[in-house]
Amino acid sequence: MEPFKKIKSIATPLDKVNVDTDQIIPKQFLKLVQKTGFGKYLFYDWRFENGEKPREDFVLNNPKYYDSKILLTRDNFGCGSSREHAAWALLDYGFRVVISPSFADIFYNNCFKNGILPIKLDSQSIEKLFKNPSEMEVDLQNQTITTDDSTIPFEIESHRKKTLLEGLDDIAVTLQYEDKITQYEKSKAKL
Amino acid sequence: MSRTLFEKIWDSHVVVQQDDGHSLLYIDRHLVHEVTSPQAFDGLRMNKRKVRRPDLTFATMDHNVPTSDRSLPIIDQISARQIQVLEKNCKDFGIELFDIHSPNQGIVHVIGPELGITLPGTTIVCGDSHTSTHGAFGALAFGIGTSDVEHVLATQCIWMEKPKTFEIKVEGKRKNSHAITAKDIILSIIKQIGTAGGTGTVIEYRGDTISDLTMEQRMTICNMSIEAGARAGLIAPDEKTFEYLRGRKYIPKNYEEFVNYWRENLKSDSGAHFDKNFTLYSDKISPQVSWGTNPAMTTDVTGTVPFPDEYAKGNPDEEKAAIKALQYMGLKPGTRMTDIPLDRVFIGSCTNSRLEDLIEASQVIKGKKILPKLRAMVVPGSQLVKKQAEQLGLDKIFKDAGFEWRESGCSMCLGMNPDILASGERCASTSNRNFEGRQGAGGRTHLVSPVMAAAAALAGHFVDVRELDLC
Ligand code: SF4
Repeated sequence: MEPFKKIKSIATPLDKVNVDTDQIIPKQFLKLVQKTGFGKYLFYDWRFENGEKPREDFVLNNPKYYDSKILLTRDNFGCGSSREHAAWALLDYGFRVVISPSFADIFYNNCFKNGILPIKLDSQSIEKLFKNPSEMEVDLQNQTITTDDSTIPFEIESHRKKTLLEGLDDIAVTLQYEDKITQYEKSKAKL
Repeated sequence: MSRTLFEKIWDSHVVVQQDDGHSLLYIDRHLVHEVTSPQAFDGLRMNKRKVRRPDLTFATMDHNVPTSDRSLPIIDQISARQIQVLEKNCKDFGIELFDIHSPNQGIVHVIGPELGITLPGTTIVCGDSHTSTHGAFGALAFGIGTSDVEHVLATQCIWMEKPKTFEIKVEGKRKNSHAITAKDIILSIIKQIGTAGGTGTVIEYRGDTISDLTMEQRMTICNMSIEAGARAGLIAPDEKTFEYLRGRKYIPKNYEEFVNYWRENLKSDSGAHFDKNFTLYSDKISPQVSWGTNPAMTTDVTGTVPFPDEYAKGNPDEEKAAIKALQYMGLKPGTRMTDIPLDRVFIGSCTNSRLEDLIEASQVIKGKKILPKLRAMVVPGSQLVKKQAEQLGLDKIFKDAGFEWRESGCSMCLGMNPDILASGERCASTSNRNFEGRQGAGGRTHLVSPVMAAAAALAGHFVDVRELDLC
C-alpha cells in the first residue's frame, strides 16, 4: 500500500447525504476478480446517462474537478453494502481523501485498508468547505486541512494514522502475534 | 461488574489488546461467497500465505447465481467466471464449498443457521453486510470488506475497535401477529432511529415482543440492523434458539454441554449499562411500506407519501434527499400508499426467504390469482428451504396463483444475476434495500413483509393485510 503523507488538490463537492455503496459502485461491476479498473465505474449511474453520455449536471463531470484527489460530502457516506469495491473505485479514480461529517462503519474501515484517508469533520467546518471547495492541503502527520484562509485540525485514531503513514500491510503486522493466536486457540474449548 | 451480552462475547474473543483501544479479535466462523472473496484469495497467493483455519471457513455461491434451471450452463460469462474462481480457490485452500449443485447451497445468511454453522456466543464474519443476521442466535456477527476477508483467511483474527452498545427494547403484544411481522417491527425501528441511528454500535434487541418471535423472525430483525447503520444486531439465546439448532449438521458433538454453558452465560447482566437506548411498542405499529430510496423512508400502509419538508423535520439535507427520492420513485406527496400501482413482486432475500416467510405468504394467495399484468416471483433462500416448501406443497400454491418458483440465491435482492427490474418498474419486495437502482437501474423498490408482498400481488397495489383473514 502506498504510504500517505500530504495531499494537495481541489476538493470535489458532492452535496448529498446517505450516499450508499450501491451508488458509489453499482452491482453490475462487482463481477471483476481483481482490485483495479473500478475507477471508470465510480458513481456510474450519476455520472453517465444510459452508461455512455456524461451527465453535465454531475459534479465529477465538471472539468474543474478532473484531477481532484479530495471528495467532500455529507452525512453517512458509504452506507449500505460492505463491498470494498467502493473504496477501490474511489482510489482507482484518483481520490485519496474523503471528508464528511460521518461515515458508515464498514466503509470507513475499508478506506484505511486501501490507503484512503476518511476525515470526519464537524458540520460547521464541512459547511465552510462546501461554501468554498477550493484547493486545500491535507497533512496527515499534523492532522490538518489547510485552505487559503484557514487551517482546520482533524482527529484520527493513532493506530490508523500509523498504518496509513507507513503504508503497512495489516496481515504482516498481525502475524507478529502468531504465538498469541495459537495460544488463544489452545486455551479455548473447541467449538 | 455487570456486562452486556455483547461485552461478554467480545471479552472472550480478545487475543491482543492494544493500549489505544484497538483489539485483535478471534473469529470462530468465516463465511465466504463469490463476490467479495476473489481479491482476498489473490492476495494470499501473492504473499504465499495459507488459510489458517480452513476448518472454520465455509463457502457458498449466492449473489450472482442464476435462479433458473441449474442443469443449464450459466449464460453470463463474467458470473460464470466468478463462480469458477470460487471453486478453484476453495479447492486450492481446502475450504468446504456448498456449490451450485449442492443440496446445502443458498444465501450465505440462510444456510449458516440452517446448517448449524451459526452458534451462540461465537464470532462470525462474512464479506457481506447482512452478516448481522446471525446475531439472532446470540452470535457476534458482522460484515467485513475484502481486505478483512483476506486478513481473516490468513490469521483467523480481525482488528477492531470495540463498538458501543445500543439496547433496543420491543415491548407489548402485537394485535395481529400474522399481519404485523418482524419486518414491520424492524422497519418501524429504522424509520424512527434513521439509517445512521445505530452507527458505531452493536444493537441488542430485548423485550417481550422479541422473546415471542420465532428464530426465523428474529433473523429478519437482526438482518436489517445494518440498515440502521449498526455493526451488528444481537438477541440473547433462549430455549427456542437451542431447539432450533439441535440436530443440525455442523453443531458440535457435545452440543448439550454447550447448551448448558450458553444458558447460564449468554445474557446481559441485570443492570448492565448500554450506551444508547430506544423502545418500540409493538402493539402500536401497522404494516410498513417504504416510499423512498433508503429503508428509513418508510410509512404505515394506511399512510400517504409524505411531503419532503414534513419528512425532513427541518433538516435541509434530508429534505433535499426526500425530494430526490420522490423524483426517483415517481411518487407525488399525499398519494395514499394503497393507491400505488405495482408491476412486480419479489419474495426472497436473506431478510425474508425462509420457510415461515413462504408459508405466511402462501396462506394469503392460496386458491387465488395474482393480477395478470403483474410479474411475481418467489426465490427460496436455500435449497433446503426450497425442498421443505415443496414437501408442504407451497410451490404448487405459488405457481397456481401465477408466481414463478425459482432456485435459491440472492436474485432480485441486488440483481447481479438476470433477475432485475426494468427502468421505471415498481416492485413490492421483501428484501432489505430500496436504494436507487438496487434491483436494476431505474427500478423502484418498496420494502414490505412477505404477507404484504403476497397481498399486493393479488391486488396490484398495497393493501392493509390486517383487513385480510390471516391465520
Ligand atoms: S439476499 Fe441480498 S442482502 Fe442478502 S446477502 Fe444476498 S444480496 Fe445481500
